[in-house]
Parts: sequence; C-alpha cells; structure tokens
Amino acid sequence: MAQESMTVHLKVWRQSGPEDEGEFRTYTQEDVNPDMSFLELLDVINEDLIKSGEDPIEFDSDCREGICGTCGCVVNGQAHGPERGTTVCQLHMRVFRHGETIVVEPWRADGFPVIKDLVVDRTALDRIIAAGGYVSVKTGPKPDANSLKIPKPRADAAFDAAACIGCGACVAACPNASASLFTGAKISHLAMLPQGKAESTRRAKRMVEQMDEEGFGACSNIGECEAACPKEISIDVIARMRREYLKSMFTSH
Amino acid sequence: MIPLSRALESSIGRKFVMSISGIALVLFVIVHLLGNLTLLVPDGGVAFNKYAAAFEDLGPFLYVIEMGLLAVILIHIFWGVTVTLKNRAARKKAYKEGIKTKGGPSNMTLLSANMIFSGIFLGIFIVVHLWHFRVRKVTEAGKIYVEGQEMTNLYGLVVEAFQHPGWVAFYMAAGLVLGFHLRHGFWSAFQSVGAMKPEWSGAINAIGMFIAVLLAIGFLGIPLYLFLM
Repeated sequence: MAQESMTVHLKVWRQSGPEDEGEFRTYTQEDVNPDMSFLELLDVINEDLIKSGEDPIEFDSDCREGICGTCGCVVNGQAHGPERGTTVCQLHMRVFRHGETIVVEPWRADGFPVIKDLVVDRTALDRIIAAGGYVSVKTGPKPDANSLKIPKPRADAAFDAAACIGCGACVAACPNASASLFTGAKISHLAMLPQGKAESTRRAKRMVEQMDEEGFGACSNIGECEAACPKEISIDVIARMRREYLKSMFTSH
Repeated sequence: MIPLSRALESSIGRKFVMSISGIALVLFVIVHLLGNLTLLVPDGGVAFNKYAAAFEDLGPFLYVIEMGLLAVILIHIFWGVTVTLKNRAARKKAYKEGIKTKGGPSNMTLLSANMIFSGIFLGIFIVVHLWHFRVRKVTEAGKIYVEGQEMTNLYGLVVEAFQHPGWVAFYMAAGLVLGFHLRHGFWSAFQSVGAMKPEWSGAINAIGMFIAVLLAIGFLGIPLYLFLM
C-alpha cells in the first residue's frame, strides 16, 4: 500500500567555499514520496533551486547503494542518519515524520575541511592509506584455491575489516574526530592475511604517524564509530591496531 | 623500532600511558579501600590506628612510596589533560546542532565522553583529601596510647571529620565520581593497550562494572557509616 506523500523541512548547512563562515538555510518540500531516498530528496530540492537560479546544495554521492563510500553527511546529529549499518544514500524518507524538520550538516573534523555545503575533503584518508596501507612485495597472480591455508575465522575477521568503504563516518561520529576505526580496519585487514602480515608492524607505525599528522584525535574507546559505521566494523580492529603499534615499538622492521 | 619519545607523542602511545598509570591507580585505590575497611571495626579505632601506624613504621620509605604514587597521579593527570586538549583541537568547529548517539554497540554517554570532568573532580578531591587527612595527620591529630604504645590518633581525626554533613557529602560524591570514572576507565585501559580480544571484552567490561560499583559503594559507604554511627 502506498503511503501518503509527506512534507518535510530541511535545515541544511550552506557554505559557499572553504573560507566562508557558512549558515543553516531551511527548505520546505511538499509532496515527498516516502519511498524516495534521502539523497533523492536533495535532488528534488536542487532541481527547484537550479530552476530559481540559486546554487544547488552540493553533496557527494556515487553508487547510491551503500558500497562506494562516496556519500555521507550528518542527519539529525547522526552520521549517515538514524539507521544503523547503512550509508546516507540508503536512508529513505519513510524513516522521517510528516512535517519533521531534518537537520543536515557536513562531516565536521579538522582533518576533513569543508569544500562546499555538505562536501568535505577526505583526502586525509587517502594519505593514511598511501603511508602504508598496502602490501609492497609482489604477491603474484591470484593463488589457486586453498593453496594458502587461512583458518575460516581469521579469513572472516579480515574480511569484516576489509568491508571498510572509507566514507569517514567514524571520524564524523567520534567526539574526538578520531580516524582510529578507519586506520585500524585497514591495518587489521592486512595484518590478518599472510601477504600483509610480514609488513604489519611497519605499516602500523607509518599509518598511525600519518593519522596523527592529519590532525585526527586519539581514540577514547567510546565506540560511537562502530555504531555509525555503515559496515558495522567493530572497535576490535582498534585494539588490533594498538597491538601492532606496540609490537612496532619493540621490533625492527 | 619506534623511539620511546616518539611513541609517547603518538595518539596511541599517549593512551598507553593513560592505561598503565590508570591501572596502577585502580590497584592503589583497591588497596586503599581494603585498608580503610579497618574503620568499620567496632573497637574504638584500635585496628585503624594500628593500620595507620604501620605506614609510619616504614620511616623514610613511606616518603618514597608516597612520591611514587604522586608521580603516577601527576602522569595520569598531565597525559589526560594533553590528550583531551589535542582531541578537542581535532574538531575546532563543532556540530552546530550537536551529535547524537546511534546506540547499539556505542558506549557514548555523558560519563564516557566527559572523563576529563570526572577526572578534574577527582584531582580536586585528591588535593583536598591530602590536606584533610595527610597534612592534618601531622599538624592536628592528637596522640593516643594503644596497648602501651603511643600512636597518632588518625581515627579521631577521621571520625570527627565525618560528623559534618558537608564532608560526608563531599566524600560520598567523590566515591560516586570514582565509580563513574572507572565504569568507562577500567575496560578502556585494556582496550587502549590492545589487550581486548573479542572473546574477553564481555568479561573485562563486566569486571570493570563490578570494580566501579564496589569501589563506589565502599568509598561512599564508609563516611556514611561513620556519620550515622
């Protein structure tokens, strides 16, 4: 049964450029289909803005099915909106009430400077990867099935960490704007597999140093990142990152 | 290898310091509470005064122990403050409409997100408490004869202090805040050194809760008991 169309008020952060102070502006949209996605609502509002000669609301998005990690904004104080295990492109209007005012802000962290409106510069995460989030030796082509013996629980744990899409929600949700869940996921994913294990301590050292250099905060073990993560990556990866860093303090690379 | 000085500057190394000093302080506080339980012995303070006198028998070693303890406390405070300042600096432009927890696995509460404030309260408490009983033990406590031996009557000082509702309330508040601080602090210390394995996290969390509740009850119970007596 089709639900009735709804009216929502969108209180959205508008900032014309990195240097602009920025402010909230409120847009009211009538006849919203409850089954449309939140980003589609932004599309609809933007069409009207463009027709009336105003700047559309800038936001990042690509796949719109929660696998690319491009989209992301804070909706009603929660990274990627109120639902768990989803990105903001998987958020639907039926989650909201008719007549509700929805507050939308960009990710806020010194490591993620705002470029425009809801678009932030997340290249800091790329630089953390470039600092060591790879395997530097040639591991050859895809090995034959079962030629590398990896216990199933370990393969699963590595895969859970590898599910990170680098969206930055962990940083956005963290009270300290810490990138520990992201960095921990990358370090754990590679440290648990034989190809990446040999370099795990050097990788931990370099990636942690880069993470600190980008101005992200330290982890206080509050775990809000895990709740906000669209891939529900556990803070166990942060404990593993610390173990790798601790090992790195006492071993030569 | 990472040089120690560089490791201690890193976001992870700083938390190692917080963790190790924090666990050391938890151990101290447990021993402190166990010793204070002698206050509950209904013998007019003989057990407590003998317990306190045992420390004085250590002579100069008492100062060595006290200085060591003070050093751990100062390290925990100094690193705690610098970590907090750096964390605040990581988001200079705050969310205009605030941030809300998504629940589920999150431990975000007023307590876990404000460890600095429970810490500041405990810091102030330590200063007052040291003046109240450590300094005044030397300057104001009388002497008493126990089994033919002259002893400082610390028991008298303590009991006298806890006849005032203001002091009782202050010490009870400190016990409560200590519990709040340890509720997040204890398991967090294990997580910070990477000692949390998924299989253990439930148990460590439960032990943390247990210790927090037990210490809070102990430390707020003793002043209340002495007041009501």
